[in-house]
Amino acid sequence: MGTNLDIKVHHLTRVEGHGDIVVNMRDGVLEKARLEIVEAPRYFEAMLKGRNFHEAAIITSRICGICSLGHQMTSFKATEQALGLEVSEQTVLLRKLLVHGATIQSNVLHALFLAAPDFLKVGSVFPLVGTHPEVVLAALRMKRLANDIGEVVSGRAVHPISCVPGGFTQLPSAKSLAVLRERLEKQMLPDLVFAADVVATLAGEIPDFRRETEFISLRSDDDYALYDGDICSTDTGRVPDREYRRMSNEFVVPHSTSKHCKVNRSSYMVGALARWNNNHDRLCPEALGVAAKLGLKPDCHNPFMNTVAQVVESVHCCLDAMAILDRLLAAGIRDEVPNQDPTRHGTGIGATEVPRGILYHEYTYDRQGRITAANCIIPTGQNLANIDDDMVKLVPEVVDRGEAAIAHLLEMLVRAYDPCISCSVHMLDVKFTR
Amino acid sequence: MANKPRVGIFDFTGCEGCELNQLNFEDQLLDILEHVEIVEWREAMDGRSEELDIAFVEGALSTPDCIKRIHEIRRKTKVLVALGACAVQGGINALKNIRPIEQVREEVYGQDKYLFPTLPALPLSAVVKVDVNVRGCPMTQLEFLKVFTALVMGKAPIEPGNSVCTECKLKDNECVYEKGMICLGPVTRAGCDAQCPTFGQYCTGCRGLVPEPNVEAMQEILVAHGLSMDDARKKLQLFNANQLEGVS
Repeated sequence: MGTNLDIKVHHLTRVEGHGDIVVNMRDGVLEKARLEIVEAPRYFEAMLKGRNFHEAAIITSRICGICSLGHQMTSFKATEQALGLEVSEQTVLLRKLLVHGATIQSNVLHALFLAAPDFLKVGSVFPLVGTHPEVVLAALRMKRLANDIGEVVSGRAVHPISCVPGGFTQLPSAKSLAVLRERLEKQMLPDLVFAADVVATLAGEIPDFRRETEFISLRSDDDYALYDGDICSTDTGRVPDREYRRMSNEFVVPHSTSKHCKVNRSSYMVGALARWNNNHDRLCPEALGVAAKLGLKPDCHNPFMNTVAQVVESVHCCLDAMAILDRLLAAGIRDEVPNQDPTRHGTGIGATEVPRGILYHEYTYDRQGRITAANCIIPTGQNLANIDDDMVKLVPEVVDRGEAAIAHLLEMLVRAYDPCISCSVHMLDVKFTR
Repeated sequence: MANKPRVGIFDFTGCEGCELNQLNFEDQLLDILEHVEIVEWREAMDGRSEELDIAFVEGALSTPDCIKRIHEIRRKTKVLVALGACAVQGGINALKNIRPIEQVREEVYGQDKYLFPTLPALPLSAVVKVDVNVRGCPMTQLEFLKVFTALVMGKAPIEPGNSVCTECKLKDNECVYEKGMICLGPVTRAGCDAQCPTFGQYCTGCRGLVPEPNVEAMQEILVAHGLSMDDARKKLQLFNANQLEGVS
């Protein structure tokens, strides 16, 4: 008589959005181990139809509050390509600065507020206020500063205001940028190094699990690709962004309101670990130093290490943000108005790395500048098949530990992906059934 | 205070940006935690609770399960606060309400459209009694703190009824129309400190319409500034499709 498991975690906590984990094992045979996405469908692609190009990013930003900046950036790139709108170097630099701020904000929130409680064996960040006040205060300072980048450059960190297709409606003052530069060096950098030391003390708690899979992220010749680059797979190498449909293959599965994706295998992974595996050679020496300290090595196939990769890249984002600010301040802020005069009307694709992975938007515009077709492919949606495959391998490996321990480990697995379910449904929870 | 108020935070159909804005109270979060006990918040902590003094609820109602859950929350809660445009008006989700639902479902899920039940996106007030509204997309932290302080002090929060234009004038902003752009400030409820016009954008109407809005006059102004009637209506619908099209 083999083991029976019947696990159902309804509305998984400490993730963005609604999902359930379901595991059934009968007589030692695993019948089902998967993440069911139960977030209400959102229908954004349909909502975009007929909308003016000025409104595309205002609408798609609302797919997700946490990723609102990333959705805006991807939306602008798609619209600008479709309408033939050139943007200035200053606009690109300010956008890259915003992406760094949003990446640090999201990574710190996930690593220290949502994932760290698992390693410290508490149910949320709130008990840590009493037991680990210095960690909570450092995390709050980092989040504050990362959000301040958004507020200074774009008016608001959640659903930015002044970023528009073609540029910015209002530009930050050189003085406010100089203050950010100073705070990044004097506050953020030491806080990130401290956070990395804290994570290093918890590294022994990170589950030892390995499943070989495909990793997909952007890659560029110039930098650690976040804002722009080619699509790159650890299996098949680089292709241009226009091949995004072949590199994602969205399909509907009955147990998830979010569509699933696969390319060269039954599943692939996107996010900080995919970026690390594809682009670790583009990281600055300081970030590589933190990676060495945390035991993160190239070609890493342990999804639990995604959180570590987030900490590593945050160090890079901070230093690169400082370098961008130096360039902006050296050149001086030029008074520019957004370029919003279309030179063509057609189809455009935006591919950007947002904190959870590679994000695609594609829009087609008519001659009035109105959207006739839209498609958004979301990082969490791309990770769902990979999460299911991980569960199928992980559950038999830990089957002797008992239902409660297995359920908790699966919750930690899903959280390691830092899923953003509102996004993926444009849509998390754990269920076990024996 | 002998007993701290027990607070729950909940989310329905939306982007969770308002909740994120609560985690973004970096400077005030520890003070807030001194005055209330947060007993249920799926996005940030484990655990569920039976009785609540205050529930902050984000998101619109758009599936049969949402309707069931909001009734459960209402039943165990003394003061229910709708957080953000989705909860207060249905928000941007309500854009799907103005097109035939079958068409919308087919466009996104194709032949698999029947796998996932959906309803028109509704504000919380369409289904249960809402005690306090915190408006905006996202809600502003300043307004949340005002409402939070009032509730912890046992006072009724004041909801502004004037238009965004009045706040924009107080800030000495150049009128958005003077810049050759259009703006929904005249018919949109104040309380955001005219954030968007202050950052060079136009008001998109995220805080909902003022009481007794003159929608016809607003449309005439938009048309006089170069929009077609159809585009003028679309601009107004962005965050207010339910109110304008009478879905709720």
